[in-house]
Amino acid sequence: MLDAAGNWVKERLAALQAFSKLSFDAFASLFSKPRYWRETLEQMDSIGVGSLTIVTLTGLFTGMVLTVQSSATLDAFGARSYVGRMVSLSMLRELGPVLTALMVSGRVGSGMAAELGSMVVTQQIDALRSLGTDPIRKLVAPRMIAGIVMLPVLTVLSNAVGMVGGFLVARFTLRLATSLYWHSALDAIKPHDLFMGLLKPLVFGYIIVAVGCYQGLTTTGGTRGVGESTTQSVVVASVLILSTDYFLNLLILKFVYP
Amino acid sequence: MPTLAISFRNVFYTYPGNEDYTLRDVSFDVALGSTAVILGGSGSGKSTILKLVLGLIKPESGVIEVGGVDISGLQESALMPVRAGIGMVFQEGALFDSLSVAENVGFRLREHDKLDEQEFEERVSRLLGFVELGKFYDRAPSDLSGGQRRRVSVARAMAHSPGLILYDEPTTGLDPITGSTICDLIVKLRDLEGVTSVLVTHQLRDAFQVVQSFVMRKNGAFIYNRIEDVELLVGSEFIVLNEGRIVFRGLQRELFRSDEPYVRKFLDGQIPVSVIETEGD
Ligand SMILES: Nc1ncnc2c1ncn2[C@@H]1O[C@H](COP(=O)(O)OP(=O)(O)O)[C@@H](O)[C@H]1O
Ligand SMILES: [Mg+2]
Repeated sequence: MLDAAGNWVKERLAALQAFSKLSFDAFASLFSKPRYWRETLEQMDSIGVGSLTIVTLTGLFTGMVLTVQSSATLDAFGARSYVGRMVSLSMLRELGPVLTALMVSGRVGSGMAAELGSMVVTQQIDALRSLGTDPIRKLVAPRMIAGIVMLPVLTVLSNAVGMVGGFLVARFTLRLATSLYWHSALDAIKPHDLFMGLLKPLVFGYIIVAVGCYQGLTTTGGTRGVGESTTQSVVVASVLILSTDYFLNLLILKFVYP
Repeated sequence: MPTLAISFRNVFYTYPGNEDYTLRDVSFDVALGSTAVILGGSGSGKSTILKLVLGLIKPESGVIEVGGVDISGLQESALMPVRAGIGMVFQEGALFDSLSVAENVGFRLREHDKLDEQEFEERVSRLLGFVELGKFYDRAPSDLSGGQRRRVSVARAMAHSPGLILYDEPTTGLDPITGSTICDLIVKLRDLEGVTSVLVTHQLRDAFQVVQSFVMRKNGAFIYNRIEDVELLVGSEFIVLNEGRIVFRGLQRELFRSDEPYVRKFLDGQIPVSVIETEGD
C-alpha cells in the first residue's frame, strides 16, 4: 500500500522532471541555430487562425450570458447601468483568458498530442533523430512560441467580442443606452486589469503546448496509446489552467493591488 | 582507420518499466563492407539492437562502437556526426506523412545541406530513380502501397550516401515478389555503392536472397546472379537472437549445420513471427 503510494509519487516526480526538461530544452534551443521560422509561422496560423471561430463564438455567448445573468442581480440594487462594467471586468480578468485557454486546449493541445503521439508510434520521431534533426527544436519549440504568442491575441479577441455580445443584449433586451454601456465598460478597465488579462493567456499558452507536446512525445502502446495521450492532454491542461489561474489571482492580488 | 563498422561488447539493455533484460550480454562485430543478417522471432530484440546502433537508446552496460567511435556515452549532439554515416530503413518505413515523397527522400539534404532548388530536384530524382519510383516525386506517402513506401524509405536512407545502412524487417508484410525487389535494392546498394548492411528479418528466404545474390552493371543494365553453393559464401554473417541472447553467429553453411535447438526450429519455420497483413505493390 505504502509502496504503491511511494511509486506513484516517484512516477509523478519523474514525469514532472521530464516535463520541465522538455520545456527547458525547447526554450534553450531558441538560442542557437537552426531555428525553424517556417514551422513557427505554420503553427501560429494553425493555432491562431484555426481557433478564430470557436474563440469568437465562446466570447460572444459568454458576454451575452454575463449580461443576462448580472442584470437580474444589478436590477435588485437599481444598478442596471453598471452592467457594462460587470461584463468587461469579468471578461478581462477571468472568463476571457480561462475560457479561451480551455477551448484552445481542447482544439489545439489535443491535436498536438495526437500528431506527435502518432509520430512516436509510427517511429517518425526516431526517423527524425536518425536523420540528424532534433525533434524538440523542430517540433516543440515552434509550437511553444506559437502558443505563447497566439493565446494572448485570441484572448484579446475573445474579450472584445464578449463585450460586444454583452452590449447587444444590454441594448436590445435591457434597452440600455449605448453610451451608458460603453462608458461603464471601458472606464472600469485599469492598467492592472490589462496586465492580468495578458499575463494569464501567456502562461496558459505555454501550459497548453507544453502539456500537449509532452503527452504526445511520451506516448506508448500504439494507436490506443495515441487516444489516451490525446484525452490526457486535455484533462491535464484543463486542470493546470484552472489551478494556475487561481494561484495567478492570488499573486496578482498580493503584488498588484496591495 | 577502423575495420569494423559496428562492434557490440557485452551489451545489456532494459526498456524503462520492464523487469527483465531485453538484451543480455550481446556481442558481435560487423566488418566494413560486409553484410550481417540478424534473425530472430518477434520480440527477440532485433529492433532494439538497431536503435542502439543509432544511439536512439543507450545501453545499460557494455560498449558499442560505430565506425570506431564509442557511442555508449555520447550526448545527442555528439551523436549527430555518427548518425550522418548511417542510413536507417524503419520497420514500417516511418515516412513523414506530412511531407511529399520528394521532401521525405530529400529531408536530410534540406536540413543539412544548403542546396538550391534545382540541385535538390536533381539529387532527389536520381535517388527516386534508383528505387524506380521516379514518377512518384510529388505524391503523398499515404497514397503509396506498402512496397513503394519501403522503397521511398530506402531512398531516404541512402540520400546522404552513408557507409552503413540498417534495414529493419524491410520485407515483412510484403508479398514475395515485392519483397524480392527490396532485396535486390539491398544487394544493389551493397555491390555497387559498397554499403555495409545490417539486415534484420525473420524471413529466411529474403535473407538468403540477399546473401546469395550479387549484381553487376553491364552496358547500363543490372545483371543479378545467384550463388547456389553455400560453401562458397563467406562475406555475410548470420546472427540468431532468442529472447535477447545471441544463440548463433556464423556463415550460412554453419547455420545449416548448427544443432542449436532454436536455430533448428527457426530453420524449420517453427518460430512464431509477428503477423502483419500482406500488402501488395
Ligand atoms: N518502447 C518499448 N518499451 C518497452 N518495451 C519494449 C519497447 N520496445 C520493445 N519492447 C520490448 O522489448 C522486446 C524486444 O523488442 P524488439 O527489439 O522491438 O523486438 P523485435 O524487433 O525482435 O521484434 C519485446 O519484448 C518488446 O515487447
Ligand atoms: Mg522489430
